[in-house]
Amino acid sequence: MIKTSQELEDIRKNTKKDFKRLRIMVCAGTGCTSSKSENILEELQKKTHESGVDAVCEKTGCFGFCAKGPIVVIEPDQTFYEMVKVEDVDDIVSSLKSSTKVERLIPKENDKYIEKWHELNFYNKQNRVALKNCGYINPENIDQYLAMNGYMALEKVLKEYSQDEVIKIVTDSGIRGRGGAGFPTGKKWLFAKNVDSDIKYVCCNADEGDPGAFMDRSILEGDPHSVLEAMAIAGYAIGSSQGYIYVRAEYPIAVKRLNIAIKQAREYGLLGKTIFGTDFSFDIELRLGAGAFVCGEETALMNSIEGRRGEPRPRPPFPAVKGLFAKPTILNNVETLANIPQIILKGADWYSSMGTETSKGTKVFALGGNINNVGLVEVPMGTTLKEIVYDIGGGIPNGKKFKAAQTGGPSGGCIPEEHMNTPIDYESLTKIGSMMGSGGLIVMDEDKCMVNIAKFFLEFTVDESCGKCPPCRIGTKRMLEILTRITEGKGREEDIEKLEKLAYDIKKASLCGLGQTAPNPILSTIRYFKDEYIAHIKEKRCPAGECRALSKVVIDPEKCKQCGLCQKVCPTNAIEGAVRQGPYKIIQDKCIKCLACVAKCPFKAISK
Amino acid sequence: MDHCKGCSGSKVDKEIEKITKKYKGVDGGIISALHEVQDLYGYIPESVQKYLSSNLDISMSEIYGIITFYSRFSLMPKGKYNVQVCMGTACYVKGAEAVLKEFKEKLKINEGEVTSDGKFSIEAVRCIGACGLAPAIVVNSDVYGKVAPDKVDEIISKYANE
Repeated sequence: MIKTSQELEDIRKNTKKDFKRLRIMVCAGTGCTSSKSENILEELQKKTHESGVDAVCEKTGCFGFCAKGPIVVIEPDQTFYEMVKVEDVDDIVSSLKSSTKVERLIPKENDKYIEKWHELNFYNKQNRVALKNCGYINPENIDQYLAMNGYMALEKVLKEYSQDEVIKIVTDSGIRGRGGAGFPTGKKWLFAKNVDSDIKYVCCNADEGDPGAFMDRSILEGDPHSVLEAMAIAGYAIGSSQGYIYVRAEYPIAVKRLNIAIKQAREYGLLGKTIFGTDFSFDIELRLGAGAFVCGEETALMNSIEGRRGEPRPRPPFPAVKGLFAKPTILNNVETLANIPQIILKGADWYSSMGTETSKGTKVFALGGNINNVGLVEVPMGTTLKEIVYDIGGGIPNGKKFKAAQTGGPSGGCIPEEHMNTPIDYESLTKIGSMMGSGGLIVMDEDKCMVNIAKFFLEFTVDESCGKCPPCRIGTKRMLEILTRITEGKGREEDIEKLEKLAYDIKKASLCGLGQTAPNPILSTIRYFKDEYIAHIKEKRCPAGECRALSKVVIDPEKCKQCGLCQKVCPTNAIEGAVRQGPYKIIQDKCIKCLACVAKCPFKAISK
Repeated sequence: MDHCKGCSGSKVDKEIEKITKKYKGVDGGIISALHEVQDLYGYIPESVQKYLSSNLDISMSEIYGIITFYSRFSLMPKGKYNVQVCMGTACYVKGAEAVLKEFKEKLKINEGEVTSDGKFSIEAVRCIGACGLAPAIVVNSDVYGKVAPDKVDEIISKYANE
């Protein structure tokens, strides 16, 4: 049923009342769902019903603190329960009856229980703007989105602003593309608006391909309506009536919730014809990606929507002039769009008051790798890497030392310890040889070999290169061959120089962003960890001990109890000695470094 | 022609007819159609490609080009249990390579291959987004988190006897 403004307002009012009730929110993001949070929700619904506890049990979007999942939060008093299991449900329900708390599920910091989730160190320095509704509303319920002032920005835009006024607000807010390149969003919209055409398109790039990044997925899973509303606003601003969301098929939960959201928005008349009684019409269609990293590149993405191989096109013509189906098109990233409704409602000044001189607002990062608090964090631009890794991320596990952080995925670079105080914004990161990227932030400890990491990213790009232009197709392959031989101890003196030369050529000559940025992981590791490259090449040694071909497995004669277990397990008879006849020894020529002996030794006497 | 689940001779599965009808005339609909076929059979049989080609008016070479471009589509059936080892950066940093190696050794197949009894296949996949559980693997739709190489045996035997 199509709703009038007044009816929407009534829904908002009633749902807000519901928010004051006892609500048990269970994280239903991909991470917690993988840990069976759905079963917890079912059990909660069953048990609260059985014991007559008047509570709403609902799924919600990602809380971000994935390391502590599955997470359950009790509203309105914000009690945070971590690592909840189905068996804990009984205790949770009975605690609600007696108005107490289940102490063992409450997180502890410095020996103190932290009961409210916003008070945890993990959240202290965060400022959740794009993630505002994640963890608070049920993403499959449009009424709850409405109650968080949802679709008010769209109504305001349609009734009060001209197209130019909308674009001016977005431009003044200073928001730049969150997909990685950082192009000013307002400018992009203006280009498309100024092109004369009967048909124009708004595309949402939800093909989050950076391995280890899940910002966009979490927004789509936790707050899909914010993206739909923003696309409609963009549609109005540039004069388009059709939007496409290109989303990875590997994100089934996001796809499902988007489909539900689109259906609900159509039912309420928030998508479709004559929205809010104006003559503006706008609808959205989903298109699924099919597992090609290059489709995150805008022109490749458009080819894919058109039903072709996702190969990039030369630019110009830019999409704003000639894009999807040869019509003017804007492409915006999910996180960029999620900010738009709030910018409209709260104003450009509010948004531009956050961040640095050139990078406004907040940025969501997917924090992963060797870090205690794996998860999703949203911080104001200008926050330092150190604050993210130590204050929010809780430092490196197992007492290891920080070695580097990788931002920007296969297109970005490594940031070493010496640059940890660099404020994170577009320009600063580029200056130190990395890039903002879409928001993947992988932390690596001292045991990680940087040559091997560079090789890992190169393997990725070689695999994902679409093959259209030779510099990328052949060049990255040659670089990978060089890196492989270095990690196998066959590196040559001239290899570093060769890599740098190839990198320069590939960056200059490649057709699209994939190739133009593919050499970055190599260049940045050479820049900051040249010693490691030299150790591999000249000394045939891997300082981190990660490159198998270069590692040497040795038995510590002091620790060896001469039991002979290692000899038995060795598949190549590379261990010499006899029981109780003195410490065993490894014959290096025969050893294939399978590490079976390391795993077998009960006295931890063997190491690589 | 090779034997396929989708059709026998000239008779085409009702589902395929439905899918074809749904995407006839939709701009760029071929990829969506291939998605549905892939989900239906676990691969895209040649006979279905031919059917789509003549009914959606797209050449066979173009369809073949699309299928081979996108890693989600496959020309061959996968194993009954498809083991996907996440090789996203977060999992890689936490030792996914050793887990993948263990699966390959234990099942005696490489990535992209199927065991001779058709039971298992292995794929190295891009980030599945369960970075909090790294290293993570997926068997069909069951997600396993914090997988160490010594847990591989246990996971395999869970499915081997089913």
